[in-house]
Amino acid sequence: MSAPLIHGYEVVIGFETHTQLATRSKIFSRASTAFGAEPNTQACAVDLALPGTLPVMNREAVQCAIKLGLALGSHIALESIFARKNYFYPDLPKGYQISQFETPVVQGGEVSFLLGEEQKTVRLVRAHLEEDAGKSLHEDFIGQSGIDLNRAGTPLLEIVTEPDMRSSAEAVAYARELHKIVTWIGICDGNMQEGSFRCDANVSVRKPGAPLGTRREIKNLNSFRNMQIAIDYEIRWQIEEIEDGRSIQQATVLFDPDTGETRAMRTKEDAADYRYFPDPDLPPLVISADWVERVKAEMPELPRAMAARFVADYGLPEYDATTLTQSQTMAAYFEDTARACGQAKLASNWVMGEISRRLNTEEIGMEAVKVSSAQLAALIGRITDNTISNNAAKQVFEALWSGEGSDVDAVIDAKGLKQMNDSGALEKIIDEVIAANPANVEQYKAGKDKAFNALVGQAMKASKGKANPGQVNELLKAKLG
Amino acid sequence: MSISTAPSELHELSVSALAQALHERKLSALEATEHFLARMRQHQDLAAFLAVDEDASRAQARRADARLAGGSTAPLEGVPLAHKDIFVTRDFPTTAGSRMLAGYRSPFDATVVHKLAEAGAVTLGKLNCDEFAMGSANENSAVPPVGFDAPRPVQNPWDRARVPGGSSGGSAAAVAARLVPGATGTDTGGSIRQPAGFCGITGIKPTYGRASRYGMVAFASSLDQAGPLARTAEDCALLLSAMCGPDPDRDSTALDRPAEDFGRQLGASLDGLRIGLPREFFADGLAPGVRAAIDGTLKEYEKLGARLVPISLPRTELAIPVYYIIAPAEASSNLSRFDGVKFGHRAKDYTDLMDMYKKTRAEGFGDEVKRRIMIGTYVLSHGYYDAYYLQAQKIRRMIADDFQQAFQECDLIAGPVAPSVAWKIGEHGNDPLADYLADIFTLPGSLAGLPGMSVPAGFGEHGMPVGLQLIGNYFQEARLLNAAHRLQQATDFHLRSPAGF
Repeated sequence: MSAPLIHGYEVVIGFETHTQLATRSKIFSRASTAFGAEPNTQACAVDLALPGTLPVMNREAVQCAIKLGLALGSHIALESIFARKNYFYPDLPKGYQISQFETPVVQGGEVSFLLGEEQKTVRLVRAHLEEDAGKSLHEDFIGQSGIDLNRAGTPLLEIVTEPDMRSSAEAVAYARELHKIVTWIGICDGNMQEGSFRCDANVSVRKPGAPLGTRREIKNLNSFRNMQIAIDYEIRWQIEEIEDGRSIQQATVLFDPDTGETRAMRTKEDAADYRYFPDPDLPPLVISADWVERVKAEMPELPRAMAARFVADYGLPEYDATTLTQSQTMAAYFEDTARACGQAKLASNWVMGEISRRLNTEEIGMEAVKVSSAQLAALIGRITDNTISNNAAKQVFEALWSGEGSDVDAVIDAKGLKQMNDSGALEKIIDEVIAANPANVEQYKAGKDKAFNALVGQAMKASKGKANPGQVNELLKAKLG
Repeated sequence: MSISTAPSELHELSVSALAQALHERKLSALEATEHFLARMRQHQDLAAFLAVDEDASRAQARRADARLAGGSTAPLEGVPLAHKDIFVTRDFPTTAGSRMLAGYRSPFDATVVHKLAEAGAVTLGKLNCDEFAMGSANENSAVPPVGFDAPRPVQNPWDRARVPGGSSGGSAAAVAARLVPGATGTDTGGSIRQPAGFCGITGIKPTYGRASRYGMVAFASSLDQAGPLARTAEDCALLLSAMCGPDPDRDSTALDRPAEDFGRQLGASLDGLRIGLPREFFADGLAPGVRAAIDGTLKEYEKLGARLVPISLPRTELAIPVYYIIAPAEASSNLSRFDGVKFGHRAKDYTDLMDMYKKTRAEGFGDEVKRRIMIGTYVLSHGYYDAYYLQAQKIRRMIADDFQQAFQECDLIAGPVAPSVAWKIGEHGNDPLADYLADIFTLPGSLAGLPGMSVPAGFGEHGMPVGLQLIGNYFQEARLLNAAHRLQQATDFHLRSPAGF
């Protein structure tokens, strides 16, 4: 499918994503990376750039880079170089940021995802390790800015794509997929509000076939919703500018979630000369092929591969497989349930239906699910062996979720939900229903289906809901000839 | 040497003799410390010290005495030393010779300071140096020395009108004047070897990475290296052994090689040792008096069984522009942290952030530091990086290769430390290039990361000391120190005292 045009323009989007790595300590020091501590309580001498301090690489952060490279099919550079990006700002204690410039640790790779029914692939340029800066607090003090260096030195992987995306929807789908991958492989907690996963979008427009237009970089996209709004606004703005005969100036723009607009922070003219050069305090980062192999052996099955396996092994529809592989906990829950009850599609329906609904209502994650996979499997087993009806199963589920009961069979007994599978007793009920409702019988015989449904309803009611509806249907039809 | 503990002669004792006297309990650490503190007070007009804290030193000495009483065998137990003010210390302020850090107190000790303390050393104070170790004469110190209200150049004990060399000028002057038996220094482009040469003492810069740089206020990260200054090679070996070793949790550039006893080869024969003499180190421009002194010591080496071999280090002259690109480039970045935000000097009045940065740095840094920050910023700038920084790195590699070529033909390289003896204070005036050119013989070894030392080689023009430079291949410190030791067994230049000290 060709890219959708907007007023005759093609949209070109590339992403830079700052992924905070879920390491315990900082990238070049031993200070903690935990979020939310009192300002400046998690900054040690190295983070404060006290005279004489030097950086020492955090092994765990490198391992995160290796995992990402393996997950995205990238080349993992066995030797990469740290460089200094020099600029002055109060929340940058050394006056330079240690990053990777010419030789990053992760090179190339791609992210594939579904956009609607369509398979999309976004190519990656690179992912490099770097340290985060501190935070400037401009609102907390009148006439002054506060500096919190707790975040200074937090490890980041900056993941950079080729300008491969052609719509805001595709961009958001890419970001969601990347978010899923980094949380799936456990290198990032994915918390966008706390800044653990920060996306910058480079957006430009052009007439089809024309060279790339001038791009503007949108910063501060801290939710998927804002991402779409900001990119759509930016696209409209750029097209209007061009249509009005103005040219786009390369710039960095900030998205304001309150107005839904983007506004320029700085243009290319005041872009700093960062004077990158290899950091002489850090020797080249050398990764042994052995280490990569060890990490590879411990890598979890990735979501796309797992979804494909769910389709192949369990016969699930593509939609179910994709939905169930949103997170590792959900996928594992589904698979445990499916294996235990042998009914994959039913397990999928329950996880995507009742379980998801309850999690959403209570605003909790899959980790906090209140019905275990073993309980759900037992419940599904009682549906398939006709012990209970679907409706009764929902009541059992409710009891399990609320903690009213924990054993499926005990709940079924306690609530008297067992289906009436004794055909003698059922026949008796049906005979009584036929005898008591001659009008409906007449109408049915005259060809009115509605009348039959009324008879089924009467029979179910008479059985207090314990009759198996399929069995009621069969018996009624047989008796009414 | 027979040991008399008469206080007036204590300062003539070498580090090893002092250590022995302390271990034999012929002398207490406190007595030694009091003696040297008195020497320091007596000669504070040399401007060698930037900070003392007599009570802190006495407290350290008392602790050493307690350990000695407990039978400590730490090699330097109770020996008083002093540190170049580039090393951060908890017990003393650290300024790096700069207004930028006036009054700064580090919450931790540099690894080298810590290691020497673990070996038992007592710190007498902090020694003067060029601001951020940038200088060859110690004329760039911006901090008032102990006993003075204004900054002033360190004096050379051999002629107080002359410079002691730099940047470890305070260290060299203090050792030469017997104010301390030994001192730490740092060498980026010759800052241990050249002042040791100018002051007639012994100093060694080990292989880059031997000593941890943690706690050294950084000048040029890829070149900075700590080392000791003392009167004898034997003392340097003792001190260096205590200073070196891996520091994997603090300095990624510290080598993963265990500490070693650099004195283990002392006394070994020099028979058959091939000493390479680089043609370029003996060319025009070398002062005749320096040349004569060097030639004299080389004859001594021949007598000791060494063979002199002519070699070439063809890119010697290129070392000057290469060094003065790479070192300022790294410095321009290393000194960015001095911005008035977190520690150190901050301008009093400013209108906004940019104004604060500009005023703070304009006030806090001296001219030479500003000059190097500007050069360094320029050579790293977009459009100039390839032509300057990258090109300099390539030539740096070739200079290192030239040494490896030379070491095919010789075991050690020898030559003068500097083209002349110490010049007069103020003589180079406003001509920084004159200072830069005087570094020509020490820069190549620094760029290659090789160990090098300065050994007293007699006297040249104006009766001033001349230093013989010995350069070894990587990790050849023990061999270097033995070569220096054997020369010191055959000569007495290292035992001469400047008049009045």
